Amino acid sequence: MRLGICCALVAGFSMPVPAADLASVTFKVQPKMVKVYGAGGLRGLESYQSGFLISADGHILTAWSYVLDTDFITTILNDGRRFQAELVGADPRLEIAVLKIDAEDLDFFDRSQHVELDLGSRVLAFSNLFGVATGDEATSVLHGVVSARTTLDARRGVFKTPYRGPAYVLDAITNNPGAAGGALTDHQGQLAGILGKELRNNLTNTWLNYSIPISQLNPAIDDILAGKSRPRTDDETARRPDRPHTLASLGLVMVPDVLAKTPPFIDAIRRESAAEKNGLRPDDLVLFIGDRLVPSCEALRNELGFIDQIDEIRLVIQRGDELLDITLPGLKNANP
Amino acid sequence: MTRQTTLICAGLAVAFAGFTPAQGQQVSPAVKSAEQVRIAAMARAKSSAVCVFARGGRGGGSGVVITPDGYTLTNFHVIKPAGAAMKCSMSDGRLYDAVIVGIDPVGDVALIKMLGRDDFPAAEIADSDQVRVGDWCFAIGNPFLLATDFQPTVTFGVVSGIHRYQYPAGTLLEYADCIQTDASINPGNSGGPLFNAQGQLIGINGRGSFEKRGRVNVGVGYAISINQIQHFMGYLRSGRIVDHATLGATVTTNENGKVIVSNILQSSDAYRRGLRFGDELISFAGRRISTVNGFKNALGIYPRGWRVPISFLHEGEQIDTHVRLTGVHSTEELISQIQQTPKAAPKPGEDPPGPPGRPAALKAVKPAPEVAKLLEMRRGYANFYFNRLNRDRVWSRLTEQMDCSKLQGTWKLFGQIDQLGDLEFSLGDDQSQANLPQGIVVLDAENDLDTQLGPRGSGGLLVALHLWRHLLVKGPGVFGEVYYLGTTPMMGRNGLHDTLIGTHRVIEVRFMFDPEDGRMVGLEMYPELGADPCEILFEDFRPVGEQMLPHILRVRHGDLLYGTIELKNYELGEKQAP
Repeated sequence: MRLGICCALVAGFSMPVPAADLASVTFKVQPKMVKVYGAGGLRGLESYQSGFLISADGHILTAWSYVLDTDFITTILNDGRRFQAELVGADPRLEIAVLKIDAEDLDFFDRSQHVELDLGSRVLAFSNLFGVATGDEATSVLHGVVSARTTLDARRGVFKTPYRGPAYVLDAITNNPGAAGGALTDHQGQLAGILGKELRNNLTNTWLNYSIPISQLNPAIDDILAGKSRPRTDDETARRPDRPHTLASLGLVMVPDVLAKTPPFIDAIRRESAAEKNGLRPDDLVLFIGDRLVPSCEALRNELGFIDQIDEIRLVIQRGDELLDITLPGLKNANP
Repeated sequence: MTRQTTLICAGLAVAFAGFTPAQGQQVSPAVKSAEQVRIAAMARAKSSAVCVFARGGRGGGSGVVITPDGYTLTNFHVIKPAGAAMKCSMSDGRLYDAVIVGIDPVGDVALIKMLGRDDFPAAEIADSDQVRVGDWCFAIGNPFLLATDFQPTVTFGVVSGIHRYQYPAGTLLEYADCIQTDASINPGNSGGPLFNAQGQLIGINGRGSFEKRGRVNVGVGYAISINQIQHFMGYLRSGRIVDHATLGATVTTNENGKVIVSNILQSSDAYRRGLRFGDELISFAGRRISTVNGFKNALGIYPRGWRVPISFLHEGEQIDTHVRLTGVHSTEELISQIQQTPKAAPKPGEDPPGPPGRPAALKAVKPAPEVAKLLEMRRGYANFYFNRLNRDRVWSRLTEQMDCSKLQGTWKLFGQIDQLGDLEFSLGDDQSQANLPQGIVVLDAENDLDTQLGPRGSGGLLVALHLWRHLLVKGPGVFGEVYYLGTTPMMGRNGLHDTLIGTHRVIEVRFMFDPEDGRMVGLEMYPELGADPCEILFEDFRPVGEQMLPHILRVRHGDLLYGTIELKNYELGEKQAP
């Protein structure tokens, strides 16, 4: 906090861009912003977040969150056009996801033209915090400076985030409900980072306003766009083995599949099963099977159907704030 | 010195060292110039800022002076616990008495009047429709009631959003078309001014988005736009409890993103103008409507009783017309709002409350005699003193050029209507008559006027003229209940007009006056609620004896122009007929 005060003092000596320019920059950035609506709506769980366009043909970078736990992700562009979005892929370690809408010739942030920010850099944060904007209303813009360039050191009981890497800490209150997935730019409107989810330090009861530099995300975004880390789609006709793994054969009992897209939490583990022997526990959330994103219980069951019993299964699971890699070996003597 | 403190000092040293001229880091003249401009704007703006303190330590907030004679804007929720009189401080170090003038509980605005000077430093008012997202702005106020030395606090930020809509939160309060800023808005800032970078007033701060972080600024504050308040200014000066408007219809967005009428009251003016369920709303009050919020924003800035243009698609045909807006709340609902403690709502303005257990009703410590003479409590009014003040002002200006109090006899008006033929009106106390090319219409003043609405198609032209003469001759004291409504727009004339409402038995008449010359330039006669009035626009004023009287009368009813009457001659009887 005190470090932040010093940084603000430093920044106080830099010259604000003249008002007319800043308004113009804002005007230029807004068409790249997207309002994202999905699952949630229960007490304390907002059903909206932010995102921004990263391609002219409708790829949207946003935060990986429960809001995307639905087959009906709605996005609204700055001009008010409404699109159903498809989840292209996600990287839970970075807490990002890429969506795709069926549109062309859109304004977008060119990721190759991103900027690296220094301590004291003046920034603008664009997001639909508190869901204030609807329809063709522009997202909100906040101003501030980079108070610190640091590494998010997520420790159990402190910050609930799996992201461990460089981050810009900001002096503006950018990380409010619905702000996750928003864009951080410099005063010229050039992309610098994505606004992270809300983080509260459980030890100090303070909230952290931060952004993950876009340079940290670019490789993962490239992977997602290249087809990795994506859920299996219906039109893929990969061959199913005769004897695939099943939940029962692995000893897994998932939570009741009552939602359209029930997150694949493990409800129970059968004794002496492969799941128990290899360290899986109830309440673990399965994120990946191999490189496939499994966003729901149904996707998990479906994906297991493509893996032969003799093959091992590589899982990425989330346990509390941590991401863990767990491998379940293939069954010996599975074939007659 | 602790290690932590040492680190901070070191950090500061490094911070400043980076900007010392010794290292050649000269501050550019443009930066210094911009800084001086900002300092000057803040100094100028600060002089008009007000800290509001409720009597008896019941909390407070902020405000801003908008006229040299002390009219000051603040939030309704700031003055609510204060009662009808309060204390205000300014940066000149002085404490002033203030009284309530008018309140807008729905829009969360209150107009108060500070006493003791006629040369208060007033804020320069900007056109808030020119505010753009990304503009620098600053708020001045009394956050956390820090201004014990009467010096307000300045917080700086950018405009984060414009045309924002914030739903009512547990109360009548609704923030429509407001300005969103990341300048810190905290408890106590409520009612204070938001200025643009030039130090011009663009809004009144009053609310913020808060959730789990407690009731302090989280970078999302909202200001009521000064343009909205300008619409209400005449109403607020009336000393009344004013209400916002409704179209009498609700809208929703259909699957194609069109804004569609989802419900409409058959008693609404919009229905009479042809708006129906399923019609697509295109524009309202000059704004294109593309979202439900957009409609609420466009509607929420208007007072009850105003008439605004509207365009909609009905069965494929675009209809462009004007609608009269009715009130959102009943009088009783509004009165109850100023008598109840507000519920907790996500706004910064339930500024430090008074001691627990103390009722927050509009009762306060007994004011001093010089303050008390400006207070006149009457049911339905915030302070009837200011209604009477304005009613008398309007009437006084009219009678300066048109004193008809001695013209108690029958009035005869001769002229033509639409060149169809000659006409003659005879207007008296007990009976009035119209001799028109279409026939003769007689009005018996002893019988119910609302059943004598001739001539046909006019909506009651003869009743309207009868009551016009009645007011001019008898004055507001005899006419019936006459009160000052505020300022309203008129079809066919630019600007806003002082408006008196007179009730004669069951008939309500709105009399509109030109704010420049004080002439009565129009009236609307409503025979009953939910009916189209007979409207008369008075033009071509010329002397008739010692009076300035109109010689062209444009008469409308509903969607139709009934006719244009050209008057050639008046005979104004001085004595009442025996």
